Amino acid sequence: MANKPPERDLAPTIQKLRLRYAKRGRLRFSSHRDFQRALERALRRAGVPMAYSAGFSPHPKISYSNSAPTGVASEAEYVEIGVTQLCDPDKLRSALDEALPPGLDIIEVIVATTSDFSARLEASVWEMEICAPTEEVMGAVGELLGSTEVLVERMTKSGLRVFDARSAILLMEMVPQSAITAPADTQMLSECVILHVVVRHITPSVRPDDVLTALKQVGNLVPLKPVRVTRLAQGPLTEVGISIGDPFDPDRVLV
Amino acid sequence: MSSSTIEAGANKVRPRGQSVFPELEALLPLIAKPIQYVGGELNAVTKPWEDVTVHWALMYPDAYEVGAPNQGVQILYEVLNEQPDVLAERTYSVWPDLETLMRENNVPAFTVDAHRSVADFDLLGLSFSTELGYTNMLTALSLANIPLHAVDREDHPIVVAGGHAAFNPEPIAQFIDAAVLGDGEEAVLLISNIVKVWIEAGRPGGREGVLLELAKSGCVYVPRFYDVEYLPDGRIKRVVPNRADVPSRVTKFTLMDLDAWPFPKAPLVPLAETVHERMSVEIFRGCTRGCRFCQAGMITRPVRERSMTSIAAMVENGLEKTGFEEVGLLSLSSADHSEIGDLARNLADRYEKSQTSLSLPSTRVDAFNVDLANELSRNGRRSGLTFAPEGGSERIRRVINKLVSEEDLIRTVTTAYGAGWRNVKLYFMCGLPTETDEDVLQIATMAKEVIRAGREASGRRDIKCTVSIGGFVPKPHTPFQWAAQLDHESTDARLQKLKDAIRSDKEFGKAIGLRYHDGKPGIIEGILSRGDRRVGNVIETAWKNGARFDGWSEHFSFDRWMESANYALENTGVDVDWYTTREREYTEVLPWDHLDSGLDSEWLWEDWQDALSEVAVDDCRWTPCFDCGVCEQMDTEIQVGPTGVIDLPMPSPRVSPVLVQGLCGN
Ligand code: SF4
Repeated sequence: MANKPPERDLAPTIQKLRLRYAKRGRLRFSSHRDFQRALERALRRAGVPMAYSAGFSPHPKISYSNSAPTGVASEAEYVEIGVTQLCDPDKLRSALDEALPPGLDIIEVIVATTSDFSARLEASVWEMEICAPTEEVMGAVGELLGSTEVLVERMTKSGLRVFDARSAILLMEMVPQSAITAPADTQMLSECVILHVVVRHITPSVRPDDVLTALKQVGNLVPLKPVRVTRLAQGPLTEVGISIGDPFDPDRVLV
Repeated sequence: MSSSTIEAGANKVRPRGQSVFPELEALLPLIAKPIQYVGGELNAVTKPWEDVTVHWALMYPDAYEVGAPNQGVQILYEVLNEQPDVLAERTYSVWPDLETLMRENNVPAFTVDAHRSVADFDLLGLSFSTELGYTNMLTALSLANIPLHAVDREDHPIVVAGGHAAFNPEPIAQFIDAAVLGDGEEAVLLISNIVKVWIEAGRPGGREGVLLELAKSGCVYVPRFYDVEYLPDGRIKRVVPNRADVPSRVTKFTLMDLDAWPFPKAPLVPLAETVHERMSVEIFRGCTRGCRFCQAGMITRPVRERSMTSIAAMVENGLEKTGFEEVGLLSLSSADHSEIGDLARNLADRYEKSQTSLSLPSTRVDAFNVDLANELSRNGRRSGLTFAPEGGSERIRRVINKLVSEEDLIRTVTTAYGAGWRNVKLYFMCGLPTETDEDVLQIATMAKEVIRAGREASGRRDIKCTVSIGGFVPKPHTPFQWAAQLDHESTDARLQKLKDAIRSDKEFGKAIGLRYHDGKPGIIEGILSRGDRRVGNVIETAWKNGARFDGWSEHFSFDRWMESANYALENTGVDVDWYTTREREYTEVLPWDHLDSGLDSEWLWEDWQDALSEVAVDDCRWTPCFDCGVCEQMDTEIQVGPTGVIDLPMPSPRVSPVLVQGLCGN
């Protein structure tokens, strides 16, 4: 009885959909696993006809692409799902958004018509809110951009790794003060600088904390409070490392 | 509570009810699993502070991963938030990494809903499932800048303890303002009402005034209005009210008609991983099997069932509101529900084709229980099966009134292995009254016999049996409240003999897993369970010495507790042994005698004597009332079905809102 997989509706996948979602506010502290659980539950609540893998513990067909680290907010996370009946992407967007807690927000859903999606995620734009005097921040940025290589170390699952954080950084610029949205209270305590950083996805990946480690190493930059980071975009590099395209574009063209 | 602002941190003044999240947020990147502190769960509720009169902070004094799924807190959270003039927010224990940072940065204890400072609330309700949460309460009070001792509080929340441990709140009497016994739903409404009237009247009599109103109700225990006097030998002489208008005994709350209280209606869905990744529906409250060690069974009498129809509606609604994949049908002994067979069949029919799995925490040793498990796992999801004979020998099972014969067990496990289950878990206790080495060694004999029978029934050699052993701790309001607890050295020695007996067996040893803990934590649980007010200093000393998260073996330190106890009990004439390994006489005044669980103390004593003479009693659901006193004393009655409903209509299939119309033939 328990040694044969149970009979269940194992309808085939007939449609794939790609979702862009945001991780905002306090929910930026959710980990990738936390998001996975929340999404699976939301898919059930929203009544999405998910396709399941076969076997003893069937899993809904969901694939994730490079998720932002715990503690980092994002406006551009991507996920692909397989369903057993044709779904309307807009209806799915609103039903799923409704089923997720506020702060995990579904921004856009498209029907997947291409297959090389993850390869299109070539780089990310990160926004970093660094609370330290402007001269110190810009000094460190200058030092970093002026170096050809900055070795940083990070604990990974496979042990301590040393790698270059500099070559992945394609752009690093300060955004005008007016863009600062932090509460008045924080501004009193410290001056904050907003940086936009374009980082190419390489292996091992260079994450926002690696960039901050590099800034600390070359420019002695020690922010007065934890740096708030948001991923603004992910996608293909368009011009030489300066701007990033919408990874959904190829799917849209083919519709 | 009358002023609109309070002092926060070094020199900032924060309006009452304002979020402390900005301060907390700066600490979150520095700690482990920050998600557990941010709230924002699906179905969480936040209300504007100014919109209501009565503000409750509800605490489960353990980590979020344990506390968030707790049914009691979820129910009260909803019951209170349904009231237009009340709001309730939740708070859990913070781990030492965050505690340290909060102290360094003057961030006060906060709720996870709107991140309000716990000190801002009118009431702080704590739910104690176990006594091991006491030190976590002290951490929370101190982080909230609430004085540890109730007598030192002024403009602070009223601290109310509830949960099973509150049936003897004497060890924490100096830290709490009040305690509530029994079901919380009506209790919190009554308290809210008294507090609301008091606030609206301009807080007559101040803090003492509202506590007096609560005490006068007869069902809220306010320790400060009762004096404890001791005899020269350390025993309690008497406990008497120190005011004329306070009743001499406080009674428990009993919720009748569970169908009228279908909570939680919108269960919380935590983002963080928790110990129960499922939603729960309580199918009945109470248990009258009368296992003599079982505090839960004794203090939750009588049995009150929820009907099959309303259980099914709660399951359906809960799944829709949460998206959980697993539903637990909760109660103390779920196979005992009068409609369980039909319920299991109906639910299995409904969810057979879905990914939804159903689980039933039942450890009853009989073949019917296996049938139920088979039914509920029809759609393929199978976890292990657990049975609880509790005692190794027939003799000890008569002592504890667990009426299971060896044949019952063998027949049951044979059915289970025969039906394809590969692993059966057996639960026992060690340290029971009158127990000898021989009683415990019988567990090994039993386990071997289980494997032998299982191999025969299944025709396989790879079946397993896991024996789990818990140390017995005598609890208040049970027939064993007078019993001597076994000292930890004897417990450990007995378990070692059992381990040897299992390991040395060539034929079956490898198929039997053994799980147990050493006897030390049970001794601390023992003093906290049956302690009196003098134990308060032990708790405070242990906490000051660093005790936190005592239910977690990696945080618990027996030596710290013993040193603290020896220090705190110096010159009292009593010590840890006096509270734990000492047998009590009938005439001794027990610390909880003025707290009424409905059980007649003469009946309890007779049941204790019956235990000693190895006489069993039956369940009052199926045999005439055995006069435990609860129904008469509490004016309650057994509420069991069956309701006569046999088949439930299948719910109308849900049309998915996301489909492309016309393109799929739903
Ligand atoms: S069956 Fe026994 S152990 Fe279980 S809840 Fe009832 S009285 Fe307690």
